[in-house]
Amino acid sequence: MATEQVISDEARKEIEALFHHLPRKQAACIDALKIVQKHNRWVSDQALVELGPILEMTPHEIDSIATFYNIIFRKPVGRHVIFLCNSVSCWIMGYEAIRNALKEKLQIDFGMTTKDDRFTFLPIPCLGNCDHAPSMIVDEDLYEDLTPEILDEILAKYE
Amino acid sequence: MERPLTEHIKKDGTALTLKEYEAVGGYQGLRAALKMTPAEVMGVVKDSKLRGRGGAGFPTGLKWSFVPMGDDVPQPKYLVANGDEMEPGTFKDRLLIERNPHQLIEGMIISAYAIGASMSYIFLRWAYHEAANRVLLALDEAYKAGYLGKNILGSGFALEMDLHTSVGRYICGEETALLNALEGKRANPRNKPPFPQVSGLFGKPTIVNNVETYCNVPHILAKGAQWYISISKSEGGGGTKLYGASGRVKNPAIWELPLGTTLGEIIEEHAGGMLDGYKLRGLLPGGASTDFLTPDHMNIKMDFEEVGKAGSRMGTGTIIVLDDKTCPIGMCLNLEQFFAQESCGWCTPCREGLPWTAKILLALEEGRGKPEDIDHLTFQTHYNAPGNTFCALAPGAMEPLQSALKYFREDFDEHIHNHSCKYHRH
Repeated sequence: MATEQVISDEARKEIEALFHHLPRKQAACIDALKIVQKHNRWVSDQALVELGPILEMTPHEIDSIATFYNIIFRKPVGRHVIFLCNSVSCWIMGYEAIRNALKEKLQIDFGMTTKDDRFTFLPIPCLGNCDHAPSMIVDEDLYEDLTPEILDEILAKYE
Repeated sequence: MERPLTEHIKKDGTALTLKEYEAVGGYQGLRAALKMTPAEVMGVVKDSKLRGRGGAGFPTGLKWSFVPMGDDVPQPKYLVANGDEMEPGTFKDRLLIERNPHQLIEGMIISAYAIGASMSYIFLRWAYHEAANRVLLALDEAYKAGYLGKNILGSGFALEMDLHTSVGRYICGEETALLNALEGKRANPRNKPPFPQVSGLFGKPTIVNNVETYCNVPHILAKGAQWYISISKSEGGGGTKLYGASGRVKNPAIWELPLGTTLGEIIEEHAGGMLDGYKLRGLLPGGASTDFLTPDHMNIKMDFEEVGKAGSRMGTGTIIVLDDKTCPIGMCLNLEQFFAQESCGWCTPCREGLPWTAKILLALEEGRGKPEDIDHLTFQTHYNAPGNTFCALAPGAMEPLQSALKYFREDFDEHIHNHSCKYHRH
């Protein structure tokens, strides 16, 4: 059975454009994974197989890098990803109340995706916004001084 | 009081444009540097007593002096800004990058000139999306104005600069791990020696400095080493320092103050003291991987020497405050879970010891602690001590724990004796 190609020609061109200023193709591995994820939301096994010849690496070598970094997703994620800071300053300032409120609103805990594929909920180390704890990032947007009361308004922005 | 790094930062939160930066003296440090030889620039930075702002406090000029110079050395040489800022409780570099990206770029150009680098990278952590956007705009402006590229300001010096945004992991802040990440590899730290100054990125001579360190360089070149020393209150180093505080203080924020400002002044005057109803119990002076200090330490100067003498490290200078209604063991648990998760797994004491430590602390918090747990935790602080591990991650992870065992021992004993945690979370 032929497997469907998951890395689009467009994504492949973006990856190949990285090579010109690098001494070896493998050096583009992390950026290539970012490009695949930008197009596909996550990095599937098939994507690793297709990346192999492009980067002149084995799929396993690429996987050892993909699984090392916490912002490369090796499982499908929802249309939006919530990253809630669980590091020390946010913890002191009430991160647990935010986590519990989000758990209740979304009916999922860390590492899970809502049934309608709208949100994936993940913990994230310190976001460098400690003077406005608790903080979280949704996709690429930073939200600070969180209270359970303002979460509905934030979530409503993401469909 | 002089605040060279932050005095021109705009109140509306936007970044200084190139024009605005030039209007307040921007790129004058570079112009001054390009009239000097690279050796002279390095000499000025050495004389200024600038010390690395990433946490270790190594003298910057001395670090640069290990880079091989001359016509027959390996090329290209690289210069990298460490903007990975993932030390929990640390939020100073984000301010510098977001609000004045040209200051960082100018500092990097001058530094690259001093060591003869022709390629440079800003290594930025994933979470700093706004900072990344602003850096890209500023790089574009700098190229168009002739501050980057070939023949910079007609001097013949050439430098390329690019932004690399990471995909997570605390260990990327370790400079040799950062270089592996830049090469597209797993961010495991490298053996030293060889040091990056001799064999760094792609095996070429490389300097990695913290963002705040580079931001000091334009001012040193524009105003001189003696001026830079004069604005410090510390014997051990020149300049100002970005200090910060988070936790239950009235005014959590970042302040640029003379290096060597006392801990008490930072907490009482700048952070405004504790929130009503809370007392200061202790603090981590410079991020998650520093030892606790206590209210008895308020008179010490926040510099590399005095904080060291008090049994901790200045680290990043961003203080995390522990109040009297927050459990010190819960705080240690949060920290050790972070370090256990972020261990790269390369060496055994760190990979195995940190999850073990976190498990014991979790048991204590959940009322399952046993008297011998104190011995197990104490053992971990020795097992993961400097010299037993491949890099500084695990020793850093032990700093808050070993000091908590010293200062908050009665809390450990109570958790074990009462089979519960008495602190009601908030």
